[in-house]
Amino acid sequence: MKTANGGNLWSRIKQHRTIYLLILPGVLFFILFKFVPMWGLLLSLKDFNPYLGFAGSEWVGFAHFIDLFNDPKFYIMLRNTFWINMIGLVFHFPVPILLALMLNEIRHESFKRFNQSIVYLPHFLSWVVVASMTFFILSADVGIVNKLIAESGRDTISFLSNPNYFWGLITAQVMWKEAGWGTIIFLAAMAGVDPSRYEAAVVDGASRFRQIWHVTLPAIRPTIVILLVLRLGNMMDTGFEQILLMMNPLVMSVAEVFDTYAYTFGILQGQISIGVAVGLFKGLVGLVLIVIANTIVKRLGYEGIY
Amino acid sequence: MSFVQKKRLTVFDWVNYSLIGLISLLCIFPFFYVFSVSFTDPKAYVPLKFYLFPDQWSLDSYRYILSTNSFLNALYSTLYITVIGTILNIVVSFTMAYGLTKRTLPGYKTLMGMVIFTLVFSAGIVPNYLLVRELGLLNSYWALIWTSLTNAWSLIVIKSFLDSLPGELEQAAKIDGASDMGVFLRIVIPLSKPAIATFTLFFAVMHWNTFFNALIYLSDSSKWTLQLFVKTLVIDANSVAVAQAGSSDEAVMPQETIRMATIVLSMLPILLVYPFLQKHFAKGVMLGSVKG
Repeated sequence: MKTANGGNLWSRIKQHRTIYLLILPGVLFFILFKFVPMWGLLLSLKDFNPYLGFAGSEWVGFAHFIDLFNDPKFYIMLRNTFWINMIGLVFHFPVPILLALMLNEIRHESFKRFNQSIVYLPHFLSWVVVASMTFFILSADVGIVNKLIAESGRDTISFLSNPNYFWGLITAQVMWKEAGWGTIIFLAAMAGVDPSRYEAAVVDGASRFRQIWHVTLPAIRPTIVILLVLRLGNMMDTGFEQILLMMNPLVMSVAEVFDTYAYTFGILQGQISIGVAVGLFKGLVGLVLIVIANTIVKRLGYEGIY
Repeated sequence: MSFVQKKRLTVFDWVNYSLIGLISLLCIFPFFYVFSVSFTDPKAYVPLKFYLFPDQWSLDSYRYILSTNSFLNALYSTLYITVIGTILNIVVSFTMAYGLTKRTLPGYKTLMGMVIFTLVFSAGIVPNYLLVRELGLLNSYWALIWTSLTNAWSLIVIKSFLDSLPGELEQAAKIDGASDMGVFLRIVIPLSKPAIATFTLFFAVMHWNTFFNALIYLSDSSKWTLQLFVKTLVIDANSVAVAQAGSSDEAVMPQETIRMATIVLSMLPILLVYPFLQKHFAKGVMLGSVKG
């Protein structure tokens, strides 16, 4: 069989046989750990009984999904996911940009590098460590902030158990951990700006602020747009490990999201079919969102994820 | 940075520098506090009092936690998974990424499509858990190692890197009679040293910090990784872990200093390697940003 590439298909396969050997472990991994689990998605259409196994459990069609959409918890999870993302978008998304602008304006290279080292550091910590630190700073009994408040005679503030603070707390944690690291991509774009553009702006009478507005910002506009659109494509995702660690019974109403639900009900309580259904819903919506986001990014003329 | 004709600092600069200094202080403060309490003498520590600096310095909290079996077990588990996992990560990721640079490979489009698809959709937590259970890997370190063998993002970045290597070197080697494997092992790998260094650090940090997978796959507390140990000791405020201690026979220690010491110990390797991490990772982000 001749192919458009010229040459027999079989001979081309033989020609590349070493390559096939090299990619074999990776391919096996993807098939086994990424695609085989997708069979498990069928369990959302069944009423999984561990004693009857996959084949023995009966088909229930979309019953689980109907139950899901009728459950008020579903809308709470949807709301929590939405607001955590929104607050993160409004408060956390601009921070790396602003920080990058500030770092970019530092005249002394060593001061700049020193501070960069400091703000990058939290990115390398695990969420367990970040949550632990948060606990020791904000906890009502052992947190240093409340110790200070208590010593001055006032009432302690329950940062960690007050539902009203939860979304803000989550966002603040993400900012502490990731804002510094997020500046890298912007600083790189800013470093590529031709210095003569600044000089031209000064000739036109621009102050520092105007220079930033007219020269620096436009240079990073493509990066901002791409990251913003892709961020929107990830709206179904929340910092799952983070939320799992910061969750407690008092803030459940604002903390529960799809992934935590799949974990608590699906894995811990063994309600397999529900867990799969919730995960499938989240995955599908996420897929649609990211496809839309990627299309928008490409329509705008930039390179997307794929 | 924007252009300033005068050499001296302006108001803008002063404000900017101060704000950045403040931000850096905020970043550093939690580290400082945790270190500070961990080095406080446990016997002199009053739990509800506000401390910024230790009243009395002591390494007792560290001595204590380093003597407990549960900590040492956790350390062993984490090291096992990190070392073996990272080696396998590098081998599988670089071989597969190299294959992904061969666009003439029959089936290339399917291969690439398969990788990219995992970026936009995944089966979810429960199906993956069920698979691990079916494979009999529950409660084994290998559950964590196999499930994180490689990932699409790493493959794409490594592929970008390999694409940037000059193709003439490979062609020259082929003309000299080298086989595909010879080219890969003797030309591509040596040239890939910077990327291998970067990704070794990347995968090692990933394994070290893994929490959720360890949580669901390791039920035996003697197999827990450091992150699980820290979580139980610090966040669950579980004094059982402390009470289960091995050789220590000292009187009850205030938990706070011990918990702080545990946090510090779990961060220590990362802090020690940090200068290297910073240099290589920042470059890695740059490579990755080419693909978004």
